Order: sequence, then structure tokens, then C-alpha cells
Amino acid sequence: MKRWLPLIVFAVLAGFFFIGLHLDPREVPSPFINKPAPAFKLPVIGQPQASFAPADVKGQVWLLNIWAPWCVACRQEHAMLMQLKAAGVPIYGLNWKDKDREAEALLARMGSPYVLSVDDLDGRVGIDYGVTGTPETFVIDKTGVIRMKHIGPIDPDNWKKKFEPLLQELNR
Amino acid sequence: MKSLLFAALLSMLAGVAGAGEAQPVGEDPVIEQRMVNLSTDLRCLVCQNETLAGSHAELAEDLRREIRQQMKQGKNDDEVIKYLTDRYGDFVLYKPPFRSYTLLLWLGPFLFLAIGGGVWYLTLKRRRSLRADTEVSAVAMNEAKNLLEGDTRE
Repeated sequence: MKRWLPLIVFAVLAGFFFIGLHLDPREVPSPFINKPAPAFKLPVIGQPQASFAPADVKGQVWLLNIWAPWCVACRQEHAMLMQLKAAGVPIYGLNWKDKDREAEALLARMGSPYVLSVDDLDGRVGIDYGVTGTPETFVIDKTGVIRMKHIGPIDPDNWKKKFEPLLQELNR
Repeated sequence: MKSLLFAALLSMLAGVAGAGEAQPVGEDPVIEQRMVNLSTDLRCLVCQNETLAGSHAELAEDLRREIRQQMKQGKNDDEVIKYLTDRYGDFVLYKPPFRSYTLLLWLGPFLFLAIGGGVWYLTLKRRRSLRADTEVSAVAMNEAKNLLEGDTRE
């Protein structure tokens, strides 16, 4: 027993380190899960007269995608979002801190995956949603409660694993 | 020449140091001080090993602006902290609160102290029993005495 003790201690430590290697420090647990989505009312990009509030889409399951024209990972995600749009997933965009006012031209050029995208110029609404960076995606249920927050781009893999089962359950 | 170079270097350093400071808002210095005090205990969520006070991330600037504004509205430090933890969770606090899921964090050191104490105690106990075991018989004692005192050469 005594002879094996250093090996056991080493194995336990190595186990912890190995797990630690695969943790993403950006995955901060969100305090919003199972809480009502914070209310806001923001102008819609491309429709100067229109505004959007989460209360407008009560009764449906929807995605709120925090993005920005200056965000590289959002470009990566764009193709995937377009596919989801084609599949009929209602994605609403929140254009976060777009100081250079590029969003409208960008959406026109690349195609918009959003039902609509709102304009959060000073980033206040983003802060209300606990946003630390882009992209982030919230899944909001029929009663307006946040059910999941995903940090980083959506890809086919995490869509299948994280989003699909939840959306199926929520849409039932 | 040397002193000139030195002066140039100094002024460069001064420039660097000056650029690193938070922009003075030229407003209420009391609130500014309170904001700085509070945000040195808070984590910047973009560069996670920096404090909110020291970070240059844009989000950190926004959050400092938000803290400043809330303080101006007369909120106390606890209310401001609640505003932040409501949005970003306990993760923003560099000093984590005592909760069920932080039990191990707070009590872990005592646990390890107890384990260490246990090992120490057991080791001492075993050592004592080792000494008790080696009671020497009278015959052996005599033999040793002869060896020590007598001529061991044949």
C-alpha cells in the first residue's frame, strides 16, 4: 500500500488536470436559466420606425442571438444560422455595440438569418442579459423564460447535442 | 548624453504609465473612489484574471460606467454588487460567497489540515509503539555491555 501511495496521488492529480484541460473558462454559469428574459424595447435594424420587445413573441419558442459586425466568430456562425433559418427556426438578433453602424449593410450583403435584429448601440441590454462577448445565444420558451444560454458559435455538433433536444421538448 | 537618454526614457515611461490609467471623468471624486474600490474586488468577464478596475476590455469600461451611474443614483455598494451578480452570477466576485456549492472551497483548507493532523498523529503513535516494541532483554543487555566494555579482539 505504502509503495503505491505516490502513484495513487499522482493518478488522482493527473485525473483532475485532465478534466481541467477540457473545461472552457468562458463557460460561465448563467444566472438567467429558468428566469424571465429581461425586458427591453429596441429599434429594429433597417426599419427605423419599428421596435421590438421580447413580449411581442410570447407564445413561441425563439432564439436570441447576440452578435456584432466586428465579431469574427459570428461570421463563422453565420452559415449555420442561415441553415437554421431555412429550417424554420425563429432567430432574433441583437446587434451588440455596433459603433461603426455596419450591421445593416452587412446583413444586406451576407443575408440575414434573423426574423429581425435589434440595435443595442450602447450595450446596455447586452449587460442586462449578462453578455460577456459575442456570439451568445439564448433559448427562450413560450412563456418568455430563458431555458438555455450558449456561449460561442453554434455549429452542427452543439446544435444537435444542446439545442435540438431542448427545442423539441419546448415546442411539444 | 547619457542623462539626456535617461530623461527621454523616463518621459517615455511616464507616457506609458499615464496611458494605463483609467480616464478621469472629472466628476465626483468620491464616487470615482468608491467605484475603484468596489471594482478591484470584481472580475472582468472578458479577461478573467483581471479586475474590473484594471481591465481595458470594452465591457469592463461599460460596467464601470454602469457602476458609476448607479452610485450617482444613490445606490449603496451592496445594491451595485447585486446588480452585477444578478446578471453575471457569483463569478464576478473575487471573494466568493459562502454557499452550499462553495463549501469545499471555504472548508477545504480545514479538511486538508485535519487530514494532515491525522497523518501526523498516526505517525507519532506508530513511532512510539516502535520504541516500546524494542524492549531489550537482560541477556541481550549483558551481551552488549560485554561487547562495549570488554576486549572484542580474539
